[in-house]
Amino acid sequence: MLLSLLPFYPLISFLLIIFFKKQLSWLQTSVLSVGAMLLCTITSLVLLNALNSAPDGVITSHLWRWFSLNNGDSFASVNFAFYLDALSAVMICVVSGVGFLIHLFAAAYMKNDENFGRFMAYMNLFIVAMLILVLADNLVLLYLGWEGVGLCSFLLIGFWYQEKANVLAARKAFIVTRIGDTSMAIGLFMLFNSLGSVNILEVSDLATAQWQIGNNDAYWICLLLLGGAVGKSAQLPLQTWLPDAMAGPTPVSALIHAATMVTAGVYLIARMNALFILSPEVMNYVAWVGASTLLLAGAASLVQSDIKRVLAYSTMSQIGYMMLALGAGAWSAGIFHLMTHAFFKALLFLTAGAVIYALHHQQNIFKMGGVLKRLPFESGLFIIGLICLMALPGTSGFFSKEAIIAQLWSSPTAGQALWWCAILGALLTSIYSCRLFFIAFLGKERFSHQVENSSSKLLKIALLTLACLSLVGGFMAPELGQVFALNSSDIIPGKDPSWLHTVAIATPFIGIGFSWFYFKAYRGTDLQVFTKAEKNSSDNPVSSFCLSGLGFDRLYSILLIKPFVFIARLNRRDVVDQTLMSVTWYVGLWRDVLVFSQNGFIRWYAAAFALGLVFFIGGWIL
Amino acid sequence: MIITLIMVGLLLSGGFAWYMESKRTGQAKLIALLAAIFFGISFIVYLTTSPENYSELVLLTDFSWINTFNIRYMIALDNLSNMLLLLTFVLLIVAILISWREITQRQGFYYFNLLATIAGIIGVFTAADMFLFFFFWEVMLLPMTALIAIWGHENRHFAAIKFFIFTQVSSLLMLISIILMAYLHKQQVGHLSFAYQDWLNLTLSPEYSYYLMLGFFIAFAVKLPSFPVHSWLPDAHTQAPTAGSVLLAGILLKTGAYGLIRFVIVLFPQASIEFAPIAAFLGLISILYGAKMAFAQSDFKRLVAYSSISHMGFVMLALFSFNANAFQGAVITLVAHGLSSAALFAFAGMIYARIHSRDLRDMGGFWKSSPVMGGFALAFAAAAFGMPGLANFIGEFYSLVGAFQRFPLITICAALGIIGSAIYGMLLFQSSFHGPVKNSFIDLSIRERFIAITLFAFLLVIGLFPNLILQYSFNGGL
Repeated sequence: MLLSLLPFYPLISFLLIIFFKKQLSWLQTSVLSVGAMLLCTITSLVLLNALNSAPDGVITSHLWRWFSLNNGDSFASVNFAFYLDALSAVMICVVSGVGFLIHLFAAAYMKNDENFGRFMAYMNLFIVAMLILVLADNLVLLYLGWEGVGLCSFLLIGFWYQEKANVLAARKAFIVTRIGDTSMAIGLFMLFNSLGSVNILEVSDLATAQWQIGNNDAYWICLLLLGGAVGKSAQLPLQTWLPDAMAGPTPVSALIHAATMVTAGVYLIARMNALFILSPEVMNYVAWVGASTLLLAGAASLVQSDIKRVLAYSTMSQIGYMMLALGAGAWSAGIFHLMTHAFFKALLFLTAGAVIYALHHQQNIFKMGGVLKRLPFESGLFIIGLICLMALPGTSGFFSKEAIIAQLWSSPTAGQALWWCAILGALLTSIYSCRLFFIAFLGKERFSHQVENSSSKLLKIALLTLACLSLVGGFMAPELGQVFALNSSDIIPGKDPSWLHTVAIATPFIGIGFSWFYFKAYRGTDLQVFTKAEKNSSDNPVSSFCLSGLGFDRLYSILLIKPFVFIARLNRRDVVDQTLMSVTWYVGLWRDVLVFSQNGFIRWYAAAFALGLVFFIGGWIL
Repeated sequence: MIITLIMVGLLLSGGFAWYMESKRTGQAKLIALLAAIFFGISFIVYLTTSPENYSELVLLTDFSWINTFNIRYMIALDNLSNMLLLLTFVLLIVAILISWREITQRQGFYYFNLLATIAGIIGVFTAADMFLFFFFWEVMLLPMTALIAIWGHENRHFAAIKFFIFTQVSSLLMLISIILMAYLHKQQVGHLSFAYQDWLNLTLSPEYSYYLMLGFFIAFAVKLPSFPVHSWLPDAHTQAPTAGSVLLAGILLKTGAYGLIRFVIVLFPQASIEFAPIAAFLGLISILYGAKMAFAQSDFKRLVAYSSISHMGFVMLALFSFNANAFQGAVITLVAHGLSSAALFAFAGMIYARIHSRDLRDMGGFWKSSPVMGGFALAFAAAAFGMPGLANFIGEFYSLVGAFQRFPLITICAALGIIGSAIYGMLLFQSSFHGPVKNSFIDLSIRERFIAITLFAFLLVIGLFPNLILQYSFNGGL
């Protein structure tokens, strides 16, 4: 009962705000939307607790039968039904918990926006869709949530709709993820065709019972589902939308494009783990997709000058870790990292938002500098976020990232090469984190405005709670053994060489040490360095290549967008129509000829008569 | 008898409206609205009190019309026609409300034509004698042409003539098929018959039935419309008055799909299965070509018109997949598209009334001044691009799931239409409501809100509880 209510709290709040947004004051709107999220959080925690005593560790809730598909001999019903197990419990706690804190922050942060009500309503709607996504007991309902979060993401990226750039970013995000969604939809059709069901539990059981490892159907279905996951989670090759999505307000970036929606792809793969296990090749692809995104996004993050874009690329690369974990079969570790990442990345984005706000919407790190002194509170929190991101021992990021790295070496679907990728990624992470911190927070101030210190308590409460979660999140490792029980035997510990752990732990420190010397100038007071560095990043071919997201945008523009637009332009008048309308031209032509011949002159008729006679006789003779 | 009464009643109230308008202006629309509501409600009352369950065709009226050729006046109903009739009544009311302020010239004659078109459409959905069917097919055409030609936009005569000729030429083929079928009946049974239920008992030789089927198929494919005979639609839609577009997209296209189900697939099952790969391929091309053409347009109504072609491609693909799921999908898509495209055309009309342009390049930033309108426009665009939770998704999902079981490769390509629809849907919504503010105007009036809320409520209810429709069995799938 409690479970079925969960998505309805934010839904009711959404409806109330959207219908009465003119009449509601700031306080009423905030109480409604944040209160709904608080209810969600409490309910989620109660449910998490109830799960321990539930039979089989599962709580289900059936709302109504949506529709039913005919699968030959019977009907497979597709229900509006929720399914809560340890995995979805982690997800709902992350979604409502982090969501609640971000709502709290947003209530203060967006207070002066003229469309505050609309903003909070969209945020609530997003939570509804996200909760449906993680609670769905069948893939069609999951798809509903999946599209729903996509739509909300579109609306929120384009929230300041009068700016051309935001509009384009919103459109890009929607269409690029739609490409992934289509792949997922085809995967669904195929799944139903071969197993006759779309219920996640049934599908998993049927697949395990009917298919051998390496089954061809399983291969294609998993590959298509992976397509959906890479679209939503901004992994290669569909990652291009995420950096542009930073056009949205900062709470949106924190909630949707860092903590929750972009991890939906990870959730999907983890949810369908029974199927993925049947197809080790695809597991291997998942690992490689994760690893390559991890490295490429890390490299791109090294040269960005917009603080939000640094964090966006960092998000991509951290999701790359999760994908890597899933591909290696380290399911629990992947989900654990999803959880800790939600905490510290939300913290980083929100603090960045607070800094941007204090500096009058300045997002360029080369124009910041010395923030540490001016905004010690925010800077302190940012440091906490960064050390979690770098995975320094003791922080939450450390536990989850180590859990992933530890399982890579001897995993049958990952291996040593991927282990080295993960280590290299960790090195890159600590280097770009240090660079960001040095440029933006150390050194001398490079902004002229007065710093506008926000005194809002709401803001500080939200940030502090997130900081605490980031620090201690490592001790809250979710117990997911039951969900992923099928696969736990694959990874045999103990075979790994002993130096692996040492290297993994030492890597971030190596990165910090390297940056300390390499980026020495950024800590200094010489202003020349920064103008040169900023100029350099756009002039130097390598760094400008990285700055533009490694050329993917340009590539897709040449390969896909330009030809599509070109063909569309070329055929704007509809060639089929033109062909059909040529009949009218033909008829018109004959009409003209006949009208011309009926001109009433006797001499013309006589000439035509004579000519006809000549032809007739000539034809007869020959 | 009820159907006949409704048809005659609609015609008479159309005539009455025309007459009253000459007495006092502003009467016609009121009479038309009342008539639409009255006959709509009486039809619903009739359905709810009727003891039949309409899973099979139920003959309501049957008497002789032209004795020499054994042509009879036969009216029959089943669930498919009931559902399409309900859709017709809903959209008729919407169409009248939309015309409320838009039509200022010759109002009486306008509403007469509107009601006459609907009377013809009702006849098409219920006729059980093929000659009668053909008769109604022509009856609905004439007032529709008049609607476009008299109250349309700048290029209305061209569009009306194009619409008329396309439909006429194709229905000629159907007429030939109908007459041949009647003669085949004479050969086999001994007397002429145009009755649909008599034809079902005929045994047709394969080579005959293939060509007879083609005659019907082409007529309905033009009406649907399917690639490559779709090109009347963008012109007719663009030039028609708003209510004309609503009726065209909402119901007239559905007569094509209805014909495909009732007369092509059921009458010629064998020939249809043989022809299915070609039809499915045409459906696929319609989906992709329509979506691509929609993207290329800068005219609001033209864009929606091409998107209709894309959606009807799903219907064609689903119908010729001969799969129970796909067939359900086709039926749902008919209703869903009827509602969502009607809504989008209505919005085109509302925008036109405010800025006197249909060009997307003249639009932008409407959200600022009309957030309610923007919210609904987004909802309807979302319905059009298959947002789960709204009716169109159920239709597309059923269609594609079913079609995949028979034509996997074609279905995979057709699924690309999902991307295409997102592209044109976003283009449509964003170029009008997002971006720098170019125009500002008053938000939706109460009448317009009523239209939007009604259509959206239907889409949402069907999207969340599709069993309301699917609980009825529709003949013709397998």
